[in-house]
Amino acid sequence: MKQSSYRDQLKLVVAGHVDHGKSTLIGRLLHETGSLPDGKVEELRRISEKRGMPLEWSFVLDAFQAERDQAITIDTTWIWLRTGHRDTVIIDAPGHREFLKNMISGAANADAGLLVVDALEGVKEQTRRHAYLLKLLGINQVVVAINKIDLVDNLEAKFRELEADVRAYLKGFGIEPTAVVPISAREGDNLTALSARTPWYSGPTLLETFSSLNVEAPASERPLRIVVQDVYKFDERRIVAGKVTSGSAQVGDTLMFSPHDRIAKIARIEPLDHLNSSDRISAGESVGIVLDEQIFVERGNVASHFANPPVLSNVFRGKLFWLGDKPLRAGATLKLRAGTLETQATVRAIESLLDLESLEHRRGNVVTRNDLATVRLSTSSILPVADGHDDKVLGRFVLLDGFDTVGGGLIDLKGIPDQRSNPAIKAANIKKVDLLVNRSEREIRHGHKGAVIWLTGLSGAGKSTLAVRTERALFEAGWQTYVLDGDNLRHGLNSDLGFSADDRSENIRRIGEVASLFASAGLIVLTAFISPYQRDRSRARSASADSFHEIYVKASLEACESRDAKGLYRRARAGEIKEFTGVSAPYEAPQAPELVIDTEQADVERCVHDLAEYIRKVCSR
Amino acid sequence: MDYLSRLEHETVFILREAFARVKPMAMLWSIGKDSTALLWMIRKCFFGHVPFPMIQLDTEMELPEVYEFRDHIAKEWDLDFRAELCPPESEMDPTLPPASRAAARKTAGLKALIERDNYRGIVLGIRRDEQSMRAKERVFSPRARDGVWDFRNQPPEFWDIYKMDLPEGCHLRIHPLLHWTELDIWRYTLRERIPIVPLYLARDGWRYRSLGEKNITTPIRSEASSIEEIIAELEQTRTPERAGRTMDHDSEDSFERLRASGYM
Repeated sequence: MKQSSYRDQLKLVVAGHVDHGKSTLIGRLLHETGSLPDGKVEELRRISEKRGMPLEWSFVLDAFQAERDQAITIDTTWIWLRTGHRDTVIIDAPGHREFLKNMISGAANADAGLLVVDALEGVKEQTRRHAYLLKLLGINQVVVAINKIDLVDNLEAKFRELEADVRAYLKGFGIEPTAVVPISAREGDNLTALSARTPWYSGPTLLETFSSLNVEAPASERPLRIVVQDVYKFDERRIVAGKVTSGSAQVGDTLMFSPHDRIAKIARIEPLDHLNSSDRISAGESVGIVLDEQIFVERGNVASHFANPPVLSNVFRGKLFWLGDKPLRAGATLKLRAGTLETQATVRAIESLLDLESLEHRRGNVVTRNDLATVRLSTSSILPVADGHDDKVLGRFVLLDGFDTVGGGLIDLKGIPDQRSNPAIKAANIKKVDLLVNRSEREIRHGHKGAVIWLTGLSGAGKSTLAVRTERALFEAGWQTYVLDGDNLRHGLNSDLGFSADDRSENIRRIGEVASLFASAGLIVLTAFISPYQRDRSRARSASADSFHEIYVKASLEACESRDAKGLYRRARAGEIKEFTGVSAPYEAPQAPELVIDTEQADVERCVHDLAEYIRKVCSR
Repeated sequence: MDYLSRLEHETVFILREAFARVKPMAMLWSIGKDSTALLWMIRKCFFGHVPFPMIQLDTEMELPEVYEFRDHIAKEWDLDFRAELCPPESEMDPTLPPASRAAARKTAGLKALIERDNYRGIVLGIRRDEQSMRAKERVFSPRARDGVWDFRNQPPEFWDIYKMDLPEGCHLRIHPLLHWTELDIWRYTLRERIPIVPLYLARDGWRYRSLGEKNITTPIRSEASSIEEIIAELEQTRTPERAGRTMDHDSEDSFERLRASGYM
């Protein structure tokens, strides 16, 4: 079969002061490049006449009747231009209203910017603001068009002066324009051919400058990052689905999944179709990976190579574009999304503000709509992050307030330490010994699978009673079981731990790891700990992957308090026990437990029966 | 990676984002070249599976070749296919121009479907280069309870971190092909050998460039009897894609009225 030729495309965002002729330029470029369909010019003429005005090129861009009638452009538009060896997609972000929102929506991923400046008026505030925003959004290639040269006397001198002005201004924040071109959008000067009006200008034409701009290539030379979107089990395959945002990898490579540092090898690259199977993946590709081990991986994880993982942190600075209707103050807690993960973020401090109108940095406590602010954020879980200038995925975040997207920005990691814990790094150097007895052999001998049955709930909810009685029932039926509780761990393995927040968290981490070992040995291990924090339970889950079962032992605080077998609630209420879960410390109920046992609704026999039945079901071979 | 693959990988990313977060979800399959190419990418995206329903908003006015193709593909690709019969023309707004009423019927059919089955996401094969209003669309575009598109106040779309949260009763229109052009779709259809309704290919000097209801869609003069020839023809043409669709020429604002009220 003959392979069809294909064309690349360059995304070019147009910016500039509101009356400096952006829309006329785009309309004219469409016309000059033969990109307008037949009949379009007639349609424009008809629509213009209907409104009693001369041919108005900007109507090419204004799609809505409301836009044409009120001469305001409402939202960002994409326009395809047929240019030279590749197409140019013009992204027109209307300037006078909601410019920040319009620039961000679609235009933030542009390859280059075209800044239009009126030769009569020169650089205006909006020109400055737009140029600065291009820079902040990471658009470093800029072409400047000095427009309306047909209206200027003593043109050459005026152009030289303006060119020097613009160059000096752009240089102030590190942009060297690719070209500064004198044009008239209305008359067509220097768009596709050099104009007789500017004999002193030797080129390039505006269109020629477009072909000298570079299309951003996927970051395949950077360290490997794969953002996990999902894990698919449509059939017998378990496929980790995600996007390679930078770097490359091949079958056999060892991947580390942040933030939990689970490790497995790429066993197979699942091809999108069977005609194009490959042993390699690289930046820009949406991929499916089959791992050699059934480790726990979920949406939001980021895979890297072992030697070059992303920084982990739950605090960082954000350069924030704020679009919320409500002002933002320190202390606000919002939903944060970065890559494919989601967590809660709290604004710890507002460090500085940039007023987009005046481009002045100032101190302040309140961020209002369309402000750019530098803020310090902390998140409720540890995230893989990167500096916004290095990594276009891990370095970016979005904030939501309820259902509304209220802001987004770039991460600044200057002065932020990597919180990746040393054990994980050390583990990287430990060579795994291959056992001669594998897990499935153990399971065959025991007649059932190993599992971690993780009971969580308030003190007095009935976790321990349920654990020991369910174990008894299973044991009598011939199952291999064990119960982990405070008594058999606090006195030995965890005797070095106290009751500080960190120590409690470490206590749960160790229990998770020990439980995982028991499960690997083929046993059904029941754990009975309050384990009030979701992140601790998630970490325990990640230690045991698919054999982890979170069981919510549910009872209301009132019920637990009235049971108060050990008199703990009474002492907590009296202030004798500090940070007692449910009384003076929070309990985060599981959001998606595998099973809920409600000990208020059913008696002990019923609860034991239900849990034992569940275990029989999930652990049968 | 070549240009078409880059477009394809971006589409797959969008589909996976939607599938992970927006439930329940369905796709409107018009049986045309765009949504069939999108369906093809869904099968690749989910490794041979099509994990949500494919719905045709059926006016019972499509050309017979379209129904034939639909039934063949639905069976061959083992789709969860559902034809959703649209309310009759007599129930439509009589102030709409006649050629726009089929679109109004589909809009009403879609509204009924979403209300009945509580879909939170509707995947559509629209492209920005098709029509100037579509050029202003978001990839994830929220719709209010009544299906209305509030184009004056669209939410910001930051990079490819898409808006996927929305209140009860509202839904998202998901547009994974927004960044493709008509030529891209044909080049991809050729490369991937995706089956198409044969009406797109010229017979006796006529072919359909865009497929709509049989009473309001006309074929164009063309000798392009293969996809290669269609591509060559489109590289030269300056006639808009939907020129054969009567509804687009009814009046300046009929498309806008339809779209704001929930048309695709």
